[in-house]
Amino acid sequence: MSHFSRLLAFCLFFLLAGSVQVAGAQDFVAVPTLTSHVMDQAGMLDEQQRRTLDQVLTDYETRTGSQIAVLLIASTAPEAIEQYGIRVADAWKLGRKGIDDGVILIVAKDNAKALRRLRIEAGRGVQGSLTDAQSKRILEDVIAPHFRQNDYYGGLAAGISALTSLLDRENLPATEKQEPAAQYDAAWLEVAVLVIMLAVFFTALLLVRRRTSSRNNLNSNAWGNAAGVIIGSILNEAAHRTGSSGRGGFSGGGGGGFSSGGGGFSGGGGSFDGGGASGDW
Amino acid sequence: MKKWFAWLAIAASVLTLSSCGYNDFQAKDEATKAAWGEVVNQYQRRADLIPNLVNTVKGYASHERETLEAVTRARAAATSFQITPEVLNNPEAFNKFQQVQGELSSALSRLMAVSENYPQLKADTSFRDLQSQLEGTENRITVARQRYIASVQEYNVLARSFPTNITAKIFSYPVKPSFTVENEKAISTAPAVNFGK
Repeated sequence: MSHFSRLLAFCLFFLLAGSVQVAGAQDFVAVPTLTSHVMDQAGMLDEQQRRTLDQVLTDYETRTGSQIAVLLIASTAPEAIEQYGIRVADAWKLGRKGIDDGVILIVAKDNAKALRRLRIEAGRGVQGSLTDAQSKRILEDVIAPHFRQNDYYGGLAAGISALTSLLDRENLPATEKQEPAAQYDAAWLEVAVLVIMLAVFFTALLLVRRRTSSRNNLNSNAWGNAAGVIIGSILNEAAHRTGSSGRGGFSGGGGGGFSSGGGGFSGGGGSFDGGGASGDW
Repeated sequence: MKKWFAWLAIAASVLTLSSCGYNDFQAKDEATKAAWGEVVNQYQRRADLIPNLVNTVKGYASHERETLEAVTRARAAATSFQITPEVLNNPEAFNKFQQVQGELSSALSRLMAVSENYPQLKADTSFRDLQSQLEGTENRITVARQRYIASVQEYNVLARSFPTNITAKIFSYPVKPSFTVENEKAISTAPAVNFGK
C-alpha cells in the first residue's frame, strides 16, 4: 500500500511539474496569424505607409512568386529574436513549396540589447544571394541608419528594396500562374478518354446482350451486374482523378500563395533553416 | 484451401504489423535520420568557415597565437571524428560527437571575444562577413539540433510506450540518444566574480 501511495505521489509530482512547464511555455510571445505582407503590431507605421509597403511586396510576389513579409512587434522577450524568428518562420511557411523562397524581416522595437532588435530570416532557397553576410549588411548598413533617426518607414522601404534586388539575382523559377489551368485541361482529357472507353464498352455489351438475350435470361442478368461493377469502378476512378488533379491545381495556385487586395494571405509551404542575420540600430 | 490460408496469414500479419506501429517506426526512424543529416551538415558548414576566419584574424592579431591554435586544434578534432550511422544508436559515440563540437564552439567563442580587442580587425569587411556567416551558422546548428531533438522525442515515445515497445524489442529499434546541455556543470555552479584582484 505504501508503495502504491509513493508511486501516486511520484506521479502527482510530475503532473504538477508538467503543468508548471506548460504555464512556462505560454509566457513566450505568440506568433501572430499571417494576414498581410506587412504586419505592424507595434504601431511603428501609419496605415498609409503600411499599405504602401504591403502593395510593394504584393506586387513583388505577383511578379516573381517569392514571398517577403515584414513583422513589427514590440518585444520577443524572454526569447532572443532568432528563437522567435524561427517560430514565426515555421508557422508562416513563406515561400513556394520546394523552392523555399520566403524571407521575413522582423523588428522587435523594445527588445533589450542582448535579445537584438532586427532579424532577417532567409528561406533555404534564397541563401545563394541573400547570404548571412548580405543579410547582416542590409540590417546594419541599410536599415539601421534610418532607424537611428526614427525613420522607420524609410528604413523598411530601403530594406525591402535591398532584399528584392538581392532576390532578383537568385535564379528562381518564374511564377506558376498558368499551370493550374494546364493541369485542369489534362484532367479533363483523361476523363474524355475514359468516357470514350466507356462508350465502346457499352456498345460491345449491347451487342453481346442482343445475341444472348433470347437464349438465357439469367445469364444476361449476370452480364448486366458485371457491367455495372466495371462501369462503376471506372466512373469512380474518373471522379477520383479529376478530384485529385483539381486539388493539385489549386495547391499550385496556393504555392503562388496570395490574393491581392484585402483578402487572405498565406505562406506557400516554404521551409527555413535558421539562416539569416540579427542586428541592432 | 492451403493457398487460401496463406493469403489470410499474409493479410493478418500486414494488419497486425501496422497496428503494432511497425510502419510508424520506419517513418520516424527515417525522420530522425533526416534531422540528424541536417545537424551534421550544419556542423560541417561551420568547420568549413573556420580556415578563412583564422587566416583573417591572423592578419590583424597574430600574437593571439594560443587562441588561434586552440581553434585550429578543436576543428581538427571535430572534423576527424568519424560520423557513422551507428553514432545515432550509440550513446557513447553520440556524446563524443557532442563533446568535440562543444569544444570547437567554446574555442570559437573565445576567438570572437578576443577579436573585440582589435578595432582594425572589426572594421575589416571580410572579417565582418565571416563573423555574420559564423553567427548564422551557429543559429542554423541550434535550429537543426532543436529539430533533431523533436524528431527523436517522437521516435522515443513510440519506442518506449506500450504496445509499440514490443515491436521495438522484436525488430530492435532502440531508444535514440538526444542532445543535452554540454556544460551542465558549468551552468549549475555560480560564477565567481572578483573585482578586487
